Amino acid sequence: MDRRKSIKSLILGGVAGGLALNGCKPENVEPTGENIASGAEAHFGRTPEEKEQIAKLNATQFLNAHEVETLTVLVDLILPANDTYGSASDAGVIDFIEFMTKDYPKFQTPIRGGFMWLDHKSNKDFGVEFKTATPEQQKLILDTIAYPDVEVPEPKRPLEVQFFSLMRNLTLTGYYTSKIGIEDLGYVGNTPNVWDGVPEDVLKQHGVAYEDEWLAKCVDQSKRNTKAEWDEKGNLLT
Amino acid sequence: MQIIENSTIYDVIIVGSGAGGGMATKILAEAGLKVAVVEAGPYFDPAAPEQQTQFKWPYESPRRGANTVRPFGEFDSAYGGWDIEGEPYTTEEGTDFRWFRSRMLGGRTNHWGRISLRFGPNDFKRKDMDGLGDNWPIGYDDVKPYYDKVDKLIGVFGSNEGLPNDPDGFFLPPPKPRLHELFYIKGARKSNIPVYPSRMSMLTKRINDERGICFYCGQCSRACSVYADFSAGTCLIFPAQKNGGQIDLFVNAMVREVTTNEEGKATGVSYINKEDRKEYQLKGKVVVLAASACSSARILLNSKSKQHPNGLGNSSNIVGRYLHDSTGGSRSAFIPDLMNRKVYNEDGVGGMHVYTPWWLDNKNLNFARGYHVEVWGGMGMPSYGFGFNHNEFNKYFGINVGGYGNPLREEVKQYYGSVMGFGGRGESIPQKDNRCEIDPTKVDEFGIPVLKFNYKWTDDEINQVGHMHDTFEEIVHNVGGHLLGDKPTIEQKNGIYAPGEIIHEVGTTRMGDDSRTSVVNKFQQLHDVDNVFIVDAGPFVSQADKNPTWTILALSWRTSDYIIEQLKMQNI
Repeated sequence: MDRRKSIKSLILGGVAGGLALNGCKPENVEPTGENIASGAEAHFGRTPEEKEQIAKLNATQFLNAHEVETLTVLVDLILPANDTYGSASDAGVIDFIEFMTKDYPKFQTPIRGGFMWLDHKSNKDFGVEFKTATPEQQKLILDTIAYPDVEVPEPKRPLEVQFFSLMRNLTLTGYYTSKIGIEDLGYVGNTPNVWDGVPEDVLKQHGVAYEDEWLAKCVDQSKRNTKAEWDEKGNLLT
Repeated sequence: MQIIENSTIYDVIIVGSGAGGGMATKILAEAGLKVAVVEAGPYFDPAAPEQQTQFKWPYESPRRGANTVRPFGEFDSAYGGWDIEGEPYTTEEGTDFRWFRSRMLGGRTNHWGRISLRFGPNDFKRKDMDGLGDNWPIGYDDVKPYYDKVDKLIGVFGSNEGLPNDPDGFFLPPPKPRLHELFYIKGARKSNIPVYPSRMSMLTKRINDERGICFYCGQCSRACSVYADFSAGTCLIFPAQKNGGQIDLFVNAMVREVTTNEEGKATGVSYINKEDRKEYQLKGKVVVLAASACSSARILLNSKSKQHPNGLGNSSNIVGRYLHDSTGGSRSAFIPDLMNRKVYNEDGVGGMHVYTPWWLDNKNLNFARGYHVEVWGGMGMPSYGFGFNHNEFNKYFGINVGGYGNPLREEVKQYYGSVMGFGGRGESIPQKDNRCEIDPTKVDEFGIPVLKFNYKWTDDEINQVGHMHDTFEEIVHNVGGHLLGDKPTIEQKNGIYAPGEIIHEVGTTRMGDDSRTSVVNKFQQLHDVDNVFIVDAGPFVSQADKNPTWTILALSWRTSDYIIEQLKMQNI
């Protein structure tokens, strides 16, 4: 496939004016190379309006310095480093949560209020702010809010329990969508490959099997590059 | 250089570049006609680095893929959604409709599920079967040759099963089922619910030298940079340009109305250029509307003139009426036997490898028509939301839910890939009063009067979705799973999705032989104006329990052939 040609023909098609009026300039659609991934390295498919919105959010700061310090302590209690993998803050979870508070303003009050609750509780019990309490003291507090009563629907749970669940959700989602977290999880996709079925040992582990009759319908991956031809009844010949 | 107000007279002006407009562009341009394509959104090529979302990692986005901007998440390729700034719509009090729009070259074909189902013989003659709704003025035999051609041109995988109302085709071989799909097969069969390979338009095998072959990244909704799945831009419009088609593409051009002459015939379209916010006119011998069902209806209704005081093609007062969307119900479940998985790459194609077409007879059921079942699950790429309530399923084993610290790592892995979900997509009965019309009190930011929707589900649709839930529950029970969330009650209308949420809206300019009860004839030509055609899903008389795209493509091709013939005969 020669994409350069198809883009050229588009412009020759008479759209010079159309493209000039278009937010997407011709040079933007010029392929920079055959390698899809590296060609698109600097972008992640944002429209100009979306980029502008992200820049706008990045230009403001929601969490103050104290809150960032508290958040760092908290997310690293939720997911500390182990021998192999870094902690939540190592994985960029702080930046992620800061961004989400602006991108989804409904998070702002529960998070800000949650930090206040943590400091209040810590001051009352130990006479220090949460971030300067000892890890043991911090855990004593978390132990009271980290195990929701599943019989109670979430909106009816105490505010501090809801706060902690939200922080754990954001921490885990931030972690497992980071480079570190994806490696820890073991996800190996997002890359060109050829799907040829569930490995035999996995089928066995889960007590299922492929039927011959079904497999007979499926693609023979050794012939995936052979052009499809059919007889007039729709039977695939190749 | 300005394109507008030029003296070019196009043979055909096509409004919209999705499935219907893309197909018309290809057929008409390759026949040698000079074609203008007018698209409300920007140029889009999934291979262009700046627009590409395929192969991006979640951490390349500051919101990790959250759907705060794009309704299906940051990496979905659709520009637009149910709400677009500056382009409002309204709904009649006490009714509901959600209008999804994609503004970009290729329209909604860039992100859809690519489930590509032919309508069957029964689907065109529903009134004969249950007395409800209306028959199409055409039958399966009229469309079959075009379905066959679409299969071969675009490529669709599936299997020939000899089913009476889910006809065979020219299929590429399907991919093998994934682990959760083997569980689905097992569970469904226990209740005598059949399962077949799904039918979707990704190339599991080469069909030509122009397009790549599927490399199983599972990201079709991000639009494929090697063009291995179907979208109208990459598979219809680009090839037509490459084959020498005379195509002028006008992007970011929002069509306001079809212009007409003293005789009431169409002379072209006027549009607002979104960049300079000025209005321009294009002249053409034929106008083909493919803006999507509701947008085409809106353009017609806004095209008022002395000759067409009620809007173009609307002497019947039917434009905008009989609007209907697929029914939708969904549920998910935790399957303990899918826990503790060995991790391997099971991205597969973007979407399901197996599905269940409608399998029952309505005689013993409390609703009309049927639905198919879609299934999802597996070890997908983490995105925003991954890890939420990470050990919620502990409750099924009497273990504390929640916690913190390094044990979380193991818990996350334990449950990764153990959830399976189902979507039911069914046929609704078209109702004359379910409609969109012009809201005379509001305009969009381009000064174009907006649509007001008026839509209510009937008991048929609500009961049908109740049946979907019964089916899902039975299947989950059969594989020893735990359903998540509560079964929606009848007071909650059985959890039926709001109209428009399934994004299969059709029927606003329906087809028929009688100009008093329909808008277009069986060649999708306006009864009132012979040089205006509609090739999106507006002309659908009924929807079937199938995704409409394959039928839009087949009918657009059929209509395009008819336009060529009529132009040759100098009839239009």
